[in-house]
This record gives sequence, structure tokens and C-alpha cells, in this order.
Amino acid sequence: MNNKYEVVIGLEVHVELKTATKIFCGCKTTFGGDPNTHVCPICLGLPGVLPVVNEKVVEYGVRTGLAINAKVPNYSKFDRKNYYYPDLTKNFQTSQFDLPICENGYLDIEVDGVVKRIGITRAHMEEDAGKLVHSGKTISSSNSSNVDYNRVGVPLLEIVSEPDIRSSEEAKAYVEALKMILTYIDVSDCKMEEGSIRADANVSIRLIGAKEFGTRTETKNLNSLKALQKAIEYEVERQTEVIEDGGVIEQETRTWDDEQGITLSMRSKADAHDYRYFPEPDLPPIILTDEYIDNIRRLLPELPEARKKRLIEMDSLSVYDANLVIAEKFLADFYDEVRKSIDDPKLIVNYLMGDYYRELVAVGLDFSSSPVSTKDFSELLKLLQEKTISGKIAKEIIPLMVKDGKSPKVIVEEKGLVQISDTGAIEAIIAEVVAANPKAVDDYKNGKGNSIGFLVGQVMKASKGKANPGIVNELLKSVLDK
Amino acid sequence: MSITKKDIIHVADLARLGLNDEETIKYEKELNDVLNFMEKLNELNTDDVEPTSHVLDIHNVFRSDVVEDSLDVEDVLANAPDRDEDYFKVPSIL
Amino acid sequence: MGKIKDIHNQLLNKEISAVELIKEYLANLKVSENKLGTYLAITEEKAIADALAIDKKISNGESIGLLAGIPMGIKDNISTKGIITTCGSKILENYKPVYNATVVNKLYHEGGIILGKCNMDEFAMGSSSENSAYKLVRNPWDIDRVPGGSSGGSAATVGAEEVVFSLGSDTGGSIRQPAGFCGVAGMKPTYGRVSRYGLIAYASSLDQIGPIAKNVEDCAIVHDIISGYDKMDSTSANMPSTKSLDNINRDIKGLRIGVPKEYFGGDEKVLKTLKKALAKFEEMGAIVEETSLPHTEYALPAYYIIASAEASSNLARFDGVRYGARDFDQNDVTDMMSVTRDKFFGKEVKKRIMIGTYALSAGYYDAYYLKALKVRTLLKRDFDEAFKKYDVLITPVAPTLPFKIGENIKDSITMYLGDICTVTINLVGIPGIAIPCGFADGLPVGMQILGKPFSEELLFNVAHRFEQNNDFHLRKPEVK
Ligand SMILES: [Zn+2]
Repeated sequence: MNNKYEVVIGLEVHVELKTATKIFCGCKTTFGGDPNTHVCPICLGLPGVLPVVNEKVVEYGVRTGLAINAKVPNYSKFDRKNYYYPDLTKNFQTSQFDLPICENGYLDIEVDGVVKRIGITRAHMEEDAGKLVHSGKTISSSNSSNVDYNRVGVPLLEIVSEPDIRSSEEAKAYVEALKMILTYIDVSDCKMEEGSIRADANVSIRLIGAKEFGTRTETKNLNSLKALQKAIEYEVERQTEVIEDGGVIEQETRTWDDEQGITLSMRSKADAHDYRYFPEPDLPPIILTDEYIDNIRRLLPELPEARKKRLIEMDSLSVYDANLVIAEKFLADFYDEVRKSIDDPKLIVNYLMGDYYRELVAVGLDFSSSPVSTKDFSELLKLLQEKTISGKIAKEIIPLMVKDGKSPKVIVEEKGLVQISDTGAIEAIIAEVVAANPKAVDDYKNGKGNSIGFLVGQVMKASKGKANPGIVNELLKSVLDK
Repeated sequence: MSITKKDIIHVADLARLGLNDEETIKYEKELNDVLNFMEKLNELNTDDVEPTSHVLDIHNVFRSDVVEDSLDVEDVLANAPDRDEDYFKVPSIL
Repeated sequence: MGKIKDIHNQLLNKEISAVELIKEYLANLKVSENKLGTYLAITEEKAIADALAIDKKISNGESIGLLAGIPMGIKDNISTKGIITTCGSKILENYKPVYNATVVNKLYHEGGIILGKCNMDEFAMGSSSENSAYKLVRNPWDIDRVPGGSSGGSAATVGAEEVVFSLGSDTGGSIRQPAGFCGVAGMKPTYGRVSRYGLIAYASSLDQIGPIAKNVEDCAIVHDIISGYDKMDSTSANMPSTKSLDNINRDIKGLRIGVPKEYFGGDEKVLKTLKKALAKFEEMGAIVEETSLPHTEYALPAYYIIASAEASSNLARFDGVRYGARDFDQNDVTDMMSVTRDKFFGKEVKKRIMIGTYALSAGYYDAYYLKALKVRTLLKRDFDEAFKKYDVLITPVAPTLPFKIGENIKDSITMYLGDICTVTINLVGIPGIAIPCGFADGLPVGMQILGKPFSEELLFNVAHRFEQNNDFHLRKPEVK
């Protein structure tokens, strides 16, 4: 990129809330389903129907507001945003205009070790639209479109950032941080592949040092972090080129074409921007008492930042390890549960992120889909701590635990993998090994201390890895030093 | 304020009413009449008056997050002007 | 013409069967409807089947509802499952709802028998029922005159005794003004008193469904049945149904009646009749005093802004995609929507959509819509003040007698001015009942009795007492 310019980015992130039912009716929000099967008179906008607000949506809105450090005003209301599009059933979207459920929040993000605060203007509740399926190959080449209204009325929270983001990396970090928080507070699945979190990016550039913002474009339809980053980078490059060529950026809506890797202008007949917002007459206002808000605050789970801090300060984990553990709420909870019975944080992290994680990746699972319980995982670490098994044996056991969810104790017993700590048995093996390797014994006696390593290895091999390496070391030394 | 032909075309576009020329001219006159009639409100000073969008003093009307039956897909599509299997069918978006 | 309670007893005593009754009403209705244009659909088959079911219940000794076997008409903007519901518009010409409005379920539950869907001004926009896309409704007292609107079909069918009662809807006078023009009783309940679920919205913050009947008692019976909290309507007041019948005979001695002078600027014949009625109230022991609602003259423009703005959004869903008419000659969905809406919406509807869209559009919101909402607050204050001093307010329902068909339709401002006595009541959300208070030139004159929010029981009481002291409700028009 041309380094004369500074990039200014604001993101609008749409998050589908994981309620059981839609925002204004009792239809289920389950993803998928045959076309037009999760539809009732209300979400279909049949003449005469009326909306009733799902209380969970308000609760999740407030919870999110508190988690993103926002103010939750006592008074909030719904408004109608009027525009025509066949994926809407009423040709207006019930949304919030001037009095949203949360205002003035922020998130701290970290890029290349630098922490930066990104302001959040607001978050408001609204309903999702349906899905247009184009019968032709592209939108423009087909004669007709098919409409499925299953997604109409699924509750959304639109979280609008301040134009504080300065690069595609920061944009990615912001969305990741947001995703992490939203999954921690359990208000959304944040599955980008199912569209349950998606972003619109407002991008502009200006000469470094300039006070005024440049004209921005809004790129919609960013359904993955990769698309988000690529679209921003493309837009920055395109705008730079236009300006360098003496052109002017037009304020417009663009869409990201993932296949071509470019943004396209969306200007069409359907693009007259005057939403004619007015207060939704069918929905009375929402008045939230301080008590209600405080109650939700009290029930808020520990958020990722606080958790990270605790792991570093209380468990003495490195920043790197702490970041690994908190990256996923499931993993962080798993860690905390194991930690209750294993008083060795480093050991937990080493096994979680080491042998265990590698095995999960190898078989195509992730932490949350693995059959291994916290109890079994703790048991494994306990066997290690008690030296009932060696690290080598643990490596053998883990795949079996992942394969069929068996407890490590059972596996150890079934396979006879218990570590040999019986000195008599080990002494017998040592005697054999010493007799079979006179040269190594001589080397040791002649001062080549490291040849003991070879002998230990031979003992371990002879014991099929079951001998307790500590005891082997000790006994071997005493035999050789005799 | 007075409404011009351009305003009429813009408003008709926002409201998705494909007016013909004759209608545009007719609405230009009629809307101006009606809006003149509405100008009367400007006689009143309402600077310190709160707007009333709901006459009833009620708030926080919520439903619990409990799944209810959706419609049978045949009922959903019962009145559809055009359908393609279980989808509503519309002309393409150009 | 029977009253609900009389018919109920006749059915219980087996003096008549529901089927006989319904067949008689249907036979009469079909003849009368031909002259008056009161119905957009007649549901003969369903009515007879429903009547049979009632007769079966009676012969089995099962209990029946108070409305069992009672013939009723439902305004065509109220959703009836399986029965075509057009709102008087071509855009819903073949629309058959898949669900019932809450009020329809309540009436069915009490055994009410629907004879058909009442004609109306398209989407309830109009004051003469001349805006129906299908046919005119005529006033049973003079078929050259309008029955009022928009619930013209609902009022005329009761006036002509084609049914015992009907449901109308009232956004700016659409129950009361036609009730006045047709000489029947019509109640516009407090906003939130009767569920709007299933009422095809014109202006959501003003619309209410209400009953129309030949006499106040029947009107009260139906109100008691259709009112009450509905969880499907977020603007429904969390209160039980009214029990108007319990207090309908209470003495009104000492009742304080305010007479707002701003409402008495109309036709001399109307005013003279009203004054006579007020004298009657004094005779009955009420205290009648002149009062003032100073912001009255601002109500009409405020009403037309708010109603049109909400309508422009409410009527956006009629786009030819999911139900209703579609123009099939378009290749692009935007063109399809625009041509469909232009072609199948009537003139008045399009005009109000245009006004409403303009009033909400960027740059004009504050000057029109917000301003109107503020004026609404001022109007509300007027009434709050008046009700500190008075139990009820009495005004004419309309400034004129029923006018000739075609007389006002060309000039919208004149037509709008006819709503001067009724629109404010919707803006402030209070209840109002219209009943006949006399006749002039052989035409009924309507009186409007207004009360505080949720004072329907008192209004029925006052109206009933007045009715008991007169015979206007007993007159029957000779339709010719
Ligand atoms: Zn639904």
C-alpha cells in the first residue's frame, strides 16, 4: 500500500442471537430446514399480524452491552426501517434507530503485541431477513429468484464500531475479540459459516495527518474473517488507485465477490437510501430498571480478559499459554475444571495444547467435540504425577482416550501399561542390560558419563517403556558405581 | 413548502408506486393541496412539547422464548401469486 | 328484528331453530344486499353449517354461548380464516387468510354466525364507502346517500337489519360516523381495549375494532365479548373484558356532561337535533355545560399526517410477492412491485401512501410527522383537562347529515373536513360511542359520547339511558 495514506475502518457486525425462537414470534431459529417451514403468520408478515418481543433478545442485548463495556440506557424502543426488498416480508425491518439497547462501549484488541482500544458506538436489536436463491448462475443472468423466509425474524444484534480501526489486521482482531466475548457470554454461536456473525466494513482513506475523514464505502456480505481482511485490503488498494489517478471516491454500498476477490458496486434500482425511520407503533417502549441491568451484570460470566489476567497472575502461566487457553470458552472452562484437581498449571497446559491437541487435530476433532471428559483428563495427569505412567505411556493412552472416550485407568489396566516401579524387577533387567553391553559399561567407568544414557535407553527398551525412568537411572548408577 | 414534480417522482419511487405521467401531474396538485392544509400545524409552537407515539402508557410487553408451531408450508404458500416448489418465486433482481 | 337476548331465549326455548333463523336472515340479506352493496362476500354455506352445529348443541342439551345462532357481519379488513378478506381492495382480490383475528375467534367461541364480509372503503381510507374497489355502499335511509365510512357496509347492514350486529374498525371515525349516518349504535373502544391482532392495519397507533348494533344493549354485549387482554397484541391493555351489561341501567342523575363548543360548527339541522338531545339529558338529571377543547382545529391535519405515515409503512407489504395480486408482465422484481402497487391500489390509498411517505422522508420528518406527534400531545392535554371537570363529553358525530353519493368524493379536503368530530378521539385514544339522537329530513343524526380511557362501561350506560328515553333506535328504514 501507498504509505501516504491512512486507512480508516468502522465495522458493523451483525450477530445472530442464539434464542430458541425468533424475535417477534414463536418460530424456531434452527439453522437449515426445508424452505418456508419455520414460518408463521407473524414472521410471514401476513395482513393483520402483530409482533411481540422475545424477552430473551432483550436480555441478550443487555448482556452483550455490559460485556462490551457499553452503557445500557433505561429507555429503549423499536423503530421501523422502511425499504423494499423481496427478502423482507413487511417491506420494513423492525430495528432500533435513535434509542438502541446499548451505547458507548469499547473493546481492547491486540495486534503484534500492541493493545489498542476500539470504540463501539452502539448495539441495537433487529430482525434478520429471508434468503433469496437465484435460479440462474449469477444474480443478473437468472430470470427469477426463489425466496425462503425461514431466516426472517431471527434476532440480530448489530454492533457498530467507531471508525477507530486502522488496518485489516486490526479489523480481524476486533471481530475475533468480539466473537470471543459473545461466545463467552453465550449469546451467539458466532458460526461464520452459518452466517450467524457477519460484517459490513466502512472503509475510507485519507492523507496521513489529515483531520477530515475521506469518503467511505460500505462493503457488505463479509461472511468470514478472510473475506473481511481481503475485502478491506482490496478496497484500500482500489481507493488509493482512484485517488492517485485524480478521481473521487463515491459514497456507495459495495458487495464482496469472494470468487473474484473484488468488491463490486451495488448500485441498483433498489438502492434509494431514505429509510424513513419512525417509532414502531405496534411495540411499546422498553424500560429497563437499574435492578434488572445489575442483575444481568451479576450473572455475567468471567470475560476473556479477566480470565487471562487470572491465569497469568494466579496460575503463573505465560501470556502465550494464557492466550491459548482463553481462546475458546470451552477450553478455558475445561482448563478450570481440570485445575480443580491438578495443582500444576503448566502440566495442564502442556498436555492440553501438546499431545492432546495434536491428537484431536489428527482425528479431525476439536476440544468441544472430543469425548474426553475433564474427569478423565485430570485422571491422566494424576497418573503422570503419581508416576504410575510415564510421558511415553501417556502418549500411547491419549489416542485411545480420544478414540472411544475410555478412562485412562481402564486403558492402563487393559493394556498392562502400568509403569514398573518395583526395584526388584528393574534390577533384574539392569543386570541383563549390563551383561549385554560391556563396552558401554567400560566407557562409563572410564569417565564417559554420557554413556549412561545409552544404558538407560536399553533398560527402558527391554521393559517396553514401562520401567519408571527415575528409578532406572538411580539403580543403574548404583550398580555401575559399585 | 411546495412539492415539485421531481419530489413526486422521488416519493413514488420510495413508495414503489409506478406512477404514469398523468398520475404524477395529478398527485403534484393534490399533494400540494393536502400539504397546504397541513401547514396549519405551523401556527402552533411545539418546541417544549414531547411527541406522543403511543397513547397508552404501557411498556415491556414481552413473550417468553418458547417455540410454537409454525405454519404448514402449504399454508405459507397458499396465497402465493407464484411459487417454485416450496419457494416463493419472484422476477429476478436486476 | 330481534335483540340478542331475545333471540338467545327463543333458541333456548326452542321457539325457533338456529338454521331457520339464519336461513331467514340470509334470504332477506341477499335481497337487501343487492340494493345496498353491503357485502363483499356472503358465507351462506358456512353460516348454515354453523347454525346446524348450534341446533345440535341445543338438542343435546349442551350449553351455548350468548351469541349462539346470532347472525353477524364482519368488516372486510378483519382476518377470517378460509374466508376471502380483501379490505375492499383489488390488491387482495383473492386473498384467503390462513388465520383468524382474535376478535373473530372470540365471536366464534360465543357461537356467533358470520353471514359475510362487509364492504368498506379500500383499506379503511375514506368517509363514504365510495372508495371500495368493488362497489358502492348505499345508506338504507336514502339509497342516493352515502352510509358513511369506512365501515359503511358494517353500519348499513345493521341499519337495514340484515344482521343483528357487525364489527367495524375505527381509525379516525370509521365506526362512529357510519353508525351516525345509518342511525345505529357504534362503539370505538379505548385504544388497547380490543385486540387488533388480525385487523389489517391502516394506522396502527389509531386503529381499533368495535361493535355496531341496532341498540346499545346489543352493542355492549358484543363489546363485552370482544374486549380484553390479548397476548398477541403488544398494545393490548392488560385488563379484563368489560362487564357493561351489569351497569347499563344505572341512573345518570348528576352526570356531568361537557359540550365542547369547537364541535358545534356544522349543519344547523344537525346542531338543532343535538341540542334537543342535550336538553333531554338535562331532563334526565344530568348537568350539561359548555366547555372548550382549544386545539381541536389542529386535529385534522395532525391526523392525516400520522395516519398516512403509518399507512405508508403498513401497506408496504402488499407488493405481489407473498399474497394478493401481481402484475405478471415485469421481468424485474422492483418493476413488478411498482406496477403491481400502482395497478391494484385505488386512488385514495395511493394518495395517502404518497403523503405518508413524503411526511416521513429525509428532511421532512420533523416538519410533518414529529410536529403532528407533538400536536397529539397538546390534544391529549385538552382532553385530560376536560375530563377533570366532566364525566363525559357530547358532540355531533359529523358536521353534516349523510351526503349524496358523489358529492364530496372529488374534493379530498371537503371529505377530510367531515371527519372533524371523530379523528381527535383516535389521536388521544379515548373511547367514543355514536348513537342516533334524532332525525332531520328523514335522515338519522348521530350523537357522539366520549369518555376517559377505559370508560366504555359508563358510555354504554349513558347511551343506554338516553336510548330508553327515546325511540330512534326502534325506527326501521324502508329501503327503496
Ligand atoms: Zn414466525
